[in-house]
Amino acid sequence: MYYRETGQNVSSYAEDRRMVPVREDRWIMWTFLAIMFFVVPFWANDYWLSAILIPIMVLSIATLGLNIATGYTGQLSLGSAGFMCFGAFTAFNLLFRVEWMNIWLAFLCAGIVAGLVGIIFGLPSLRIKGFYLLVSTLCAQFFAEWFFNAYPWFLNYTSSGVVALPPFHYRFLPFQDQIFDFFGLEKDYNAYVWRYLIALIVTVLLTVACKNMIRSSTGRNWMAVRDMDIAANVIGIPVGKTKLNAFFVSCFYTGIAGAMYSYCYIGNVDFMIYNLRRSFLIMFMLILGGLGSILGSFLGAIFVYCWPILVTRFGDAVFGGGTLDTAFVENNSKIIVGTIIVLLLIYEPMGFAGLWNTIKHRLRIWPFRT
Amino acid sequence: MSNGANGKEPHMIIENIDLAFGGTKAITDISFTVYKGEICAVIGPNGAGKSSMLNVINGVYIPQKGSITFEGKKFSKMKPHSAAVMGIGRTFQNIALFSGMSVVENIMTGRNLMMKSTWIENALGIGRCKREEIEHREACEEIIEFLGLQSIRKTQVSALSYGLQKRVELGRALAAEPKMLLLDEPIAGMNIDEKLDMACFIQEVNYNRGTTIVLIEHDMGVVMDISDHVVVMDYGAKIGDGTPEEVKNDQKVIDAYLGVSH
Repeated sequence: MYYRETGQNVSSYAEDRRMVPVREDRWIMWTFLAIMFFVVPFWANDYWLSAILIPIMVLSIATLGLNIATGYTGQLSLGSAGFMCFGAFTAFNLLFRVEWMNIWLAFLCAGIVAGLVGIIFGLPSLRIKGFYLLVSTLCAQFFAEWFFNAYPWFLNYTSSGVVALPPFHYRFLPFQDQIFDFFGLEKDYNAYVWRYLIALIVTVLLTVACKNMIRSSTGRNWMAVRDMDIAANVIGIPVGKTKLNAFFVSCFYTGIAGAMYSYCYIGNVDFMIYNLRRSFLIMFMLILGGLGSILGSFLGAIFVYCWPILVTRFGDAVFGGGTLDTAFVENNSKIIVGTIIVLLLIYEPMGFAGLWNTIKHRLRIWPFRT
Repeated sequence: MSNGANGKEPHMIIENIDLAFGGTKAITDISFTVYKGEICAVIGPNGAGKSSMLNVINGVYIPQKGSITFEGKKFSKMKPHSAAVMGIGRTFQNIALFSGMSVVENIMTGRNLMMKSTWIENALGIGRCKREEIEHREACEEIIEFLGLQSIRKTQVSALSYGLQKRVELGRALAAEPKMLLLDEPIAGMNIDEKLDMACFIQEVNYNRGTTIVLIEHDMGVVMDISDHVVVMDYGAKIGDGTPEEVKNDQKVIDAYLGVSH
């Protein structure tokens, strides 16, 4: 079948620790990236960009962030949306108040601020584990909501709590005005195509960085703490430091995802949308995708986000759009999604990443069976 | 103490260690010396406090009283991290591998203390990251070769048999290049071939690398064969200390193992 790993031998350790070890996978990856960068921006319409591709990337990064803390380091966390909220408001305040700020630096700072907040809420992890930690990370959620309620300066005193993001916030190129003039482009910097490209670049960079950490000593330390913290301590891994490091990196990712959620996806900053429901959603994405898998984070985000859309579309196509009550379609889609989640977790506890590994294994020896 | 008379240099001196969990005394006033480059076996019936003793040595338990002198430095308590930094390696009685990682990753984790690259360097793949990964991988491959784990280096450890897992755990401890290795029942629960293999590995490590080895074991045949020095514990107290020959003929030790009529 498609996988022909036989004969692809490595002759050095540098080759052995490649990011994508199988040649076919590398081809697929490069083709995929080329399509995402050079075809999609020209071809896709606003619906595809704004309602499918951008949210998938944003939620994938948020899931990846949670994966670093929960999947790789074993520290349960339910504060994702709270950290996203801090990220979003950091980016907003920097771009709104600092003249020379650009969107890349703002995203970076958003990550760092969220990461520092994450360290504070990760401190209980030094003492408590498991579900108790889960409860203590809930504080991050409520703290974020309280904080932005109590200090409206961060919202620029907007009474509704929803802060709009005007086009001039989107400063992603040096000499942006001149460049846009030169090419005769329309200066709506917050057009979906630009938002999409920003999200895509951030997603690719963060995914590569995550993979790099996982295959180096940082990732091994995280996983050692996850699998057996006493043994990790005995072989000289500073367990507390590793946990806080994981919380920082995790919240760094989540914070950037929060900034992307506002800037790339919905186009405003609203602390009410970073609520507990969103934290749960991200956790579902992680569990369905597969703990401790980068691919899983993406698959989980795609599934949880897209499946209800697909089911609704399917319902419309089969029964004719508009003939059925929307509430009926919506409720049924929830029932179907729920059933699939339960079945998946029974048959494949490692989520979609586990499913993909099984399929890969089957393909490898096809037409024979295990 | 016969070894002392041989003029060997002490590697670790344990003095008057007392360890209690609440009202339960696990170790009472234990003192013994481990000499450089020897294989020292700690034996005794179940519940004698042997594992607790190892846990005290590398700082998992903190004793109420007593001191440990390691390479001339005296400590009233150890911390697991500083014990590892000073060169004390350890394996566990019930295997404590990182079950979600592959064999080579487990062994690489053992070299964590020698890796200096920060997480930022690792994330960006710059600086010391790549060079260190390759350098340490080479060292780990030597251990993999020594233990004969080549064919399973990419296998997740939770999929391996018990004997192999024990071997990987030894590999992980060896990867840190320890000066002293604490082995908690390294050959328990193995078949005869696996036992012989493991005993050979232990002796080879001791002989080729000069690592001092402290091991807990119940298999008297192996203990008497490979160790230079035996410490016998019973009910948290030391009842015998000397060469295998001396210990074998010690009346107190015989009583502890075979029981005594009152």
